[in-house]
Amino acid sequence: MPTLIRRLDDDQFILADDPFTAVADDEGLPPGDVIISFTRFQAEGDRLLTEGRAVGVRLEPAEEVEALAYDLPRIAVVALAFPKYRDGRGYTAARLLRERFAYAGEVRAVGEVLREQAGFMVRCGFDAFAPADGASPQDWAHAVHRHRHVYQRAADLRTPAFVEREGG
Amino acid sequence: MYQYDAVDQEFVADRSREFREQVARRLSGELSEDQFKTLRLMNGLYLQLHAYMLRIAIPYGSLNARQMRRLAHIGRVYDRGYGHFTTRQNLQFHWIKLRDAPDILDQLAEVDMHAIQTSGNCIRNVTSDPYAGATAEELDDPRVWSEAIRQWSSLHPEFSFLPRKFKIAITASAKDRTAAKVHDIGLMIRRGRDGQLGFEVIVGGGLGRTPYVGPTITEFLPANRLFSYLEAILRVYNRHGRRDNIYKARIKILVAALGAEEFARQVAEEWAKIGPEGDLPDTELARIRGAFATTVFEALPARSEAFESAKAAHPALARFARNNLRPHKKPGYTIIEVSLKTIGDTPGDATSDQMDVIADLAERYGQDDIRVTHEQNLVLPHVRLDDVPEVFAQLQAAGLASANVNLISDIIACPGLDYCALANARAIPVAQQIAQTFADPDRAEAIGELKIKISGCINACGHHHVGHIGILGVDKKGEEFYQLTLGGSGAEDAAVGKMLGPALPYDKVASAIDTLVEVYLRERQEGERFLDTYRRTGVEPFKEAVYADAH
Ligand code: HEM
Ligand code: SF4
Repeated sequence: MPTLIRRLDDDQFILADDPFTAVADDEGLPPGDVIISFTRFQAEGDRLLTEGRAVGVRLEPAEEVEALAYDLPRIAVVALAFPKYRDGRGYTAARLLRERFAYAGEVRAVGEVLREQAGFMVRCGFDAFAPADGASPQDWAHAVHRHRHVYQRAADLRTPAFVEREGG
Repeated sequence: MYQYDAVDQEFVADRSREFREQVARRLSGELSEDQFKTLRLMNGLYLQLHAYMLRIAIPYGSLNARQMRRLAHIGRVYDRGYGHFTTRQNLQFHWIKLRDAPDILDQLAEVDMHAIQTSGNCIRNVTSDPYAGATAEELDDPRVWSEAIRQWSSLHPEFSFLPRKFKIAITASAKDRTAAKVHDIGLMIRRGRDGQLGFEVIVGGGLGRTPYVGPTITEFLPANRLFSYLEAILRVYNRHGRRDNIYKARIKILVAALGAEEFARQVAEEWAKIGPEGDLPDTELARIRGAFATTVFEALPARSEAFESAKAAHPALARFARNNLRPHKKPGYTIIEVSLKTIGDTPGDATSDQMDVIADLAERYGQDDIRVTHEQNLVLPHVRLDDVPEVFAQLQAAGLASANVNLISDIIACPGLDYCALANARAIPVAQQIAQTFADPDRAEAIGELKIKISGCINACGHHHVGHIGILGVDKKGEEFYQLTLGGSGAEDAAVGKMLGPALPYDKVASAIDTLVEVYLRERQEGERFLDTYRRTGVEPFKEAVYADAH
């Protein structure tokens, strides 16, 4: 079974089995839990869910999370695609999922996902990662924990500097 | 000067440590140059024609003596004994070795400096008024807001992979010394009718191949709502800015495509959803304000007899005073602008020895405060008039006393063909020729304020679009030609210059400028600058004279 890096609630990172199969639009559906495109979800999502499977939706950068708003409670995974690491739209999508839509399921980063993005991704609310650079959970944890301070409030609920300072 | 606390210090130290690891991975071969590129670019390290170039952030152009000495030291040890102050108030070293870069960053971190976000598609160094805290014109100290933005934008989780780089400028004076209207966001501090502080928000200005003076999308944003509003602008841009074409990826293209009104509507809609949650608490703004060391001014008479008699005795000092001093908010004090446009030198360059001299002067006579201007000069913002003769003498001894601020030889020029792979034409020698042509200081003063800006290609690093006279290098069948534009301005009366006529060959540029100046001197009315005369007469008399000459 393929693996991915998962962030646990205590901010540890582990290698975990991935129970989902990512299915392209032109592929037939295997049995079990699947991640499918938004288009396919619109056509086949209801049926798959009634079959009792867990269903994840893959959003391309140009697809807006707002379109998923009403379906979020029944979606197990939102996989945000990074066709290029430089394409930063997924960061906004993740924050909106967590902060605006209070989405509690898995937010997964797929595509050109590199360890240098780890810190930004975790801050925006991603909790599962399919790295393209062979990074290990240790690499991931190292990158995420490198900075002792952050200056902004974001989806990860880390204490920003301006709150930290009030305490000190 | 903002005093870093432990949080700020640990932040830059962590960043520096991270970069050291990344460089080690590159040097060991674990990372290819291609993989390393993205990492080094997040730390201001560019690979240029001959060597690495390191761009160091000077947030809102503000430095103390200790920091300036450290820059001098870095220039001496790791570069060739000089550095280059840029049009965004930063400092660049052009001859850096990769293996030295981590040590340099550590040295910077020791004096509360860094190179974070001086490159890459992120929110870049915030620029502000170099006279902040010294000019009587300002409504509030823009450095407080600049520092708050510096912190908010540092490793921003959502906005570090924008479609393109993103530059913010803030000014609090009616006279704009930041070129706010040609930035991605320009913030102009305003006071509402009820006395409340706020910002006029200008979005989508820029230069490069598609120059725009940015439109105002909000006339008055209450100051305490700044950060949620910035978040809304950046979010709309991050989602909708073009990513398919690097030349169309700046926010100016999005704003122009949607229209300012529709863009403003989308921002307002997003802003309403973010709400005050996205703002910085007033307590933190107050803390930042408090972390700026207060400058204590003596009660002095407005007129300094020592200064007046020194001026009377030394015409060179009198000339320097006319051109390089600006009124200070406190009686008996002045703002000194130090020109880095010594005739014959490269605009913006300063040697390590010169940096040390500036540091000493700031410490002895200037409240430990130094600024960098976007026109690539330095500023000692708080000097007693009594001390000006001594400061002038020391500047003179260091070759830093050119009395040409805002005059025709105070030229901005990009590196051009001498250093830049993208160039069509040389820029620095053109600047030098023009400066030589107007080397007579009486004539330069008689001409008055005239801003010449030169770029070696359409990327407009030399801001030619907003020069009163702009000069753009173009390539005509392998030969260097120069396209002249007139009437641009980067100040509060911002405008993009208009083309004068066909491009001129290299050896005709300086004489064409001479002709333009002659037309201005002939046509000008009482009190008019070159720009004012041009705006009144239009291009015709200028065009006629230059192209009559050319035949
Ligand atoms: C020699 C190496 C350099 C290269 C290859 C270079 C390249 C470029 C390019 C390609 C752009 C256009 C980017 C865009 O529109 O998004 C640009 C913009 C710019 N460059 Fe440079 N540059 C160099 C040196 C400099 C220097 C030394 C300065 C400062 C004196 C400078 C100041 C600027 C500024 C202010 C802009 C922004 C113009 C705008 O707002 O659109 N550049 N540069
Ligand atoms: S304007 Fe062109 S020639 Fe000048 S530095 Fe920029 S890219 Fe190079």
